Amino acid sequence: MSTQFKYWEPYVSPFDPCPPIRIKSYSTPPNLYMTFQPTGLAQFQTPREALHHGTLWPELFSPYPNPHKWGEQDG
Amino acid sequence: MAKQVPKEFYQLLREIQEVDFVLLELNLYLDTHPDDYDAIEQFNNFSQRSRELKINFEQQFGPLMGFGASYSNYPFDWGNTPWPWQV
Amino acid sequence: MWYYEKKLQYPVKVSECNPMLAKFLIEQYGGADGELSAALRYLNQRYSIPDKVVGLLTDIGTEEFAHLEMIATMVYKLTKDATPEQMKAAGLGAHYSNHDKALYYENAAGTPWTAAYITAKGDPIADLYEDIAAEEKARATYQWIINLSDDPDLNDGLKFLREREIIHSLRFREAVEILIEERDRKKIF
Repeated sequence: MSTQFKYWEPYVSPFDPCPPIRIKSYSTPPNLYMTFQPTGLAQFQTPREALHHGTLWPELFSPYPNPHKWGEQDG
Repeated sequence: MAKQVPKEFYQLLREIQEVDFVLLELNLYLDTHPDDYDAIEQFNNFSQRSRELKINFEQQFGPLMGFGASYSNYPFDWGNTPWPWQV
Repeated sequence: MWYYEKKLQYPVKVSECNPMLAKFLIEQYGGADGELSAALRYLNQRYSIPDKVVGLLTDIGTEEFAHLEMIATMVYKLTKDATPEQMKAAGLGAHYSNHDKALYYENAAGTPWTAAYITAKGDPIADLYEDIAAEEKARATYQWIINLSDDPDLNDGLKFLREREIIHSLRFREAVEILIEERDRKKIF
């Protein structure tokens, strides 16, 4: 399964006024890796779980905020 | 102050929201996968379940749908509180 | 035509009276990438797009109105019993002087909604690519609002709405695939 966040290190100048955020991230949800949903994709066990996650299919669920710490590899 | 709804209102409504969410998800999926037989079968099963849940809810708490898609009690109870944003 | 159903798509809860969060949320009510723009964009595109994808545009457009109602519910609950002083402290003094507690189709900076937010190019691929971009922009907006909010109940609803943007984006990509498919070739799913 694809990772849900990607990381990059912006250039840091000695003259930046705010304390630098050394590692930045952006969201790459699973829809980006699925051009056309295959048939028979596994579903959440119950309608309750589906509603709670906002989708019927666990493979298309995207957690937010990043459940891992900034800069830590996810997936 | 208008009477507040009982706990059961929230439980039954939640169950309807759950079943209807599965239906909505399957509906969007079937819009782009019209030949998926299993998904259509699941869709029709959940459609049946949704109807049953709504009949039960409406008997206790009044109509869910306007314009005659739900029956009315006497007096006409469509406009009774709570509205969705008030619950 | 449409039927109204007296229920929200997802149960909305808010932990505390917090008009500041309402000010941020209004972005998804009357902002460029908000739910009103989305609903009107998709439903309007239906009249000139190939028949194969009209059902999808109808259904996603309809779901967007359910999301608009969820956002309205959040704003309503966050501001319902706030005092004028609380509204002023939350940066909603200008809103209050014009609208009291009424909701208004405006963005977080107070700019009224405009049809210029949505386009209708009439080219099915151009329109669907716009829809995909709109879903990703709405997803990003939900992320920034979640980052600003410390209300766990509110964030629960916002995470649901963010996930819906992801599903819609996938469906629009599938719609593109359906339209660019080579003639008579069997679908590959």
